[in-house]
Amino acid sequence: MRSDAATVAGWGRVSAPGREVRSDDLVRLTDGAVLSRGLGRSYGDSSLPPPAVREVAGTALADRVLAFDPATGRLRAEAGLSLHALTGMLLPRGWFVPVTPGTAFVTLGGMVAADVHGKNHHVDGCFGAHVEALRLRVADGRIVDCTPERDGDLFRATVGGMGLTGHILEVAFRMQRVPSAWIESESVRAAGIDVLLAELERSSAAWPFTVAWADGVAGGARLGRGIVHRGRWAEPGEAPAGAPAPPRPVRVPCDLPGRTLNRTTVGLFNAALYRRHGRSGRREVQSPYRFFYPLDRLADWNRLYGRRGLTQHQCVLPPERGPAAVRDLLELLARRRACVCLCVIKNCGNEGAGTLSFPRRGTSVAIDLPIDDGTQALVDALNERVIDLGGRIYLAKDAFTRAEHFRAMEPRLDCWTAVRRRWDPELRLRSAQSVRILGDPA
Amino acid sequence: MNAVLLGATRGMGRALARLLVARGDALCLLGRDPAELERSARDLQVRGALAAPPPAFPCDLARPETFAPALDAAAESLGRLDVVVVTAADFAVQTVLESDPDRARALATVDFANTVGFCEHARQILLSAGGGTLCVFSSVAGDRARSSVVLYGAAKAGLSAYLEGLDHRYHRQGLRTVCVKPGFVRTGMTAGLDPPPFAGDPDRVARRVARAIDRGRPVVYAPAVWRWVMLVVRHLPRAVMRLR
Ligand SMILES: Cc1cc2nc3c(=O)[nH]c(=O)nc-3n(C[C@H](O)[C@H](O)[C@H](O)COP(=O)(O)OP(=O)(O)OC[C@H]3O[C@@H](n4cnc5c(N)ncnc54)[C@H](O)[C@@H]3O)c2cc1C
Ligand SMILES: NC(=O)c1ccc[n+]([C@@H]2O[C@H](COP(=O)([O-])OP(=O)(O)OC[C@H]3O[C@@H](n4cnc5c(N)ncnc54)[C@H](OP(=O)(O)O)[C@@H]3O)[C@@H](O)[C@H]2O)c1
Repeated sequence: MRSDAATVAGWGRVSAPGREVRSDDLVRLTDGAVLSRGLGRSYGDSSLPPPAVREVAGTALADRVLAFDPATGRLRAEAGLSLHALTGMLLPRGWFVPVTPGTAFVTLGGMVAADVHGKNHHVDGCFGAHVEALRLRVADGRIVDCTPERDGDLFRATVGGMGLTGHILEVAFRMQRVPSAWIESESVRAAGIDVLLAELERSSAAWPFTVAWADGVAGGARLGRGIVHRGRWAEPGEAPAGAPAPPRPVRVPCDLPGRTLNRTTVGLFNAALYRRHGRSGRREVQSPYRFFYPLDRLADWNRLYGRRGLTQHQCVLPPERGPAAVRDLLELLARRRACVCLCVIKNCGNEGAGTLSFPRRGTSVAIDLPIDDGTQALVDALNERVIDLGGRIYLAKDAFTRAEHFRAMEPRLDCWTAVRRRWDPELRLRSAQSVRILGDPA
Repeated sequence: MNAVLLGATRGMGRALARLLVARGDALCLLGRDPAELERSARDLQVRGALAAPPPAFPCDLARPETFAPALDAAAESLGRLDVVVVTAADFAVQTVLESDPDRARALATVDFANTVGFCEHARQILLSAGGGTLCVFSSVAGDRARSSVVLYGAAKAGLSAYLEGLDHRYHRQGLRTVCVKPGFVRTGMTAGLDPPPFAGDPDRVARRVARAIDRGRPVVYAPAVWRWVMLVVRHLPRAVMRLR
């Protein structure tokens, strides 16, 4: 009943031969496995097996909550628990995760392995900053409980370590109390990149959640025009009673033809979005599902990109060169007539404890690109610019970065590799991405 | 209502227990592995916002001597039993069982003889209290024999027939039997197999089964479409069934 031509794919539909084997028993499942994956929401090849291996351990069935203390918010759960399920369970009781990525269809294990950041990075850091303990199966088969104090090197290398230092079996972290289950939000329009970045910076001084959407294909004076979104949890008096129901996602029924998304269609869509917002600011109390997970309303939206799929290039640029650095990157994209289907800009706070975690102080720019024959050259050009600007890229989104580029961006790599090698001298744990970027054995 | 579940540590039993605890039913768990039982009980405690985890007692379908003590302990801890659910079962494809006769005998024993033995205890407890619901997971594999799951299908066919017979015999005395016939559902049990069209999710199966329990429906296919799939499969000519 097993097909031999099976493949496993990341969210961007980049795939590798092999299959995901799921079990609700992670201890048994990870015995001898080379990689774990959660819900496969990383865009590139982070969750795909290396070429010589045909199986990756799927954690999504291991979804039990093992403890929750309503006095402190401390929660312990199996690594396959999804953020979607957790929110459905605890938001109605006044709790939310301290940090959420832009989709709820991720697992706790994936949130730790990528050390995800959210709209509140400038105040609350990454998810890993709120994690208190991890139970791991390390390469030699042992099961290790680590915390920032106990085997702290392993803990810090695992937070943001993309599954390469151990299989995460259990995660303990603190949930955050929220005053209501609703978000008080505002949005303002900005006519170009400089205004957009200034508005983002200004918003972040007063608001815990901020992010900007930019029109990635508009050029000239309109380069980087967009909308800044900001929000905070509504106080009980401002919000409806009770919690909102999660929306029922609409499915994309089939793959769209590969060329559906192009600079013309995206430009029209962006212009409409920009114009519809209007000149004046908007305020509303909205559901956190809409505020945090706008894309989750469309299930399988990756099908909009056709069979070849998409990649995301997300980099963070240090603050020293200011807004000019972001402008620089957008100009490069405009010059190359890149089809930037989505462009999201976020200002980041300080670097966290994860040895190889992506965020650092500066501005993060994430762009979604349909994959075509020019993608490799475009990503190379972007990465060369990122290196010049002193920035770095996010592995959870990546499928095209070259090993030498990554090395040039990551002075922290040696330190992380030293810890990894101490726990896994034979490099048993590896992924398609680690073979590509770190030169691991296939 | 008060429900006892055998096999709620994983899969569809886990999903059903979560649904029941979230709507306020009182639960008691039975299972073979104390550590797994404890983890599942804590999961249900959090999901149901309970002061304490639901009680759990050891019960192994491979060891019939555990049935009566487990069910008695459950009845005592809950006060009264309204529903007994059995999702526990063993599964293996025919190729595996043909190369391992001991495993084959064990599967036939667990999935038929011992499941029936457990149900007999449950039936007596329910009837002695004036009635209740016995909900047991059989399978579409019991509706039509298939070459890939000969023995498992035979055990499930026997189980389905047993449950139908119980319904005929004890319905008037207040026993409601619910025979659940899952099609392919994505759980750990089927993790090694390629999902066919119409594969289901445990949460949706749980919603359907809970409704069947509430209404006392004697047979329920889950996902629902499998009722129609099996209507066709049951009528396929033998020559077609021999093809695979
Ligand atoms: C629409 C969308 C929006 C997003 N927005 C954001 C955002 O705002 N911020 C952000 O930071 N990220 C964002 N992401 C990326 C996403 O949060 C990360 O890729 C996350 O890791 C996905 O979790 P997952 O459970 O799907 O993991 P997978 O994609 O399955 O795996 C990701 C990595 O984690 C490892 N991993 C997973 N589980 C385990 C485990 N149990 N043990 C060890 N390693 C494990 C895998 O090996 C792999 O390297 C977004 C993704 C999408 C699709
Ligand atoms: N999944 C499908 O596609 C499918 C299709 C048709 C029918 N079914 C039937 O539906 C039911 C549930 O299936 P599932 O997929 O949810 O299974 P599952 O995920 O494998 O769960 C099986 C449960 O049964 C328990 N169990 C197994 N052997 C036991 C024993 N000897 N004593 C006590 N408990 C035992 C397990 O407990 P432990 O934690 O101790 O292992 C586990 O809780 C089964 O009867 C199965 O035959 C399933």
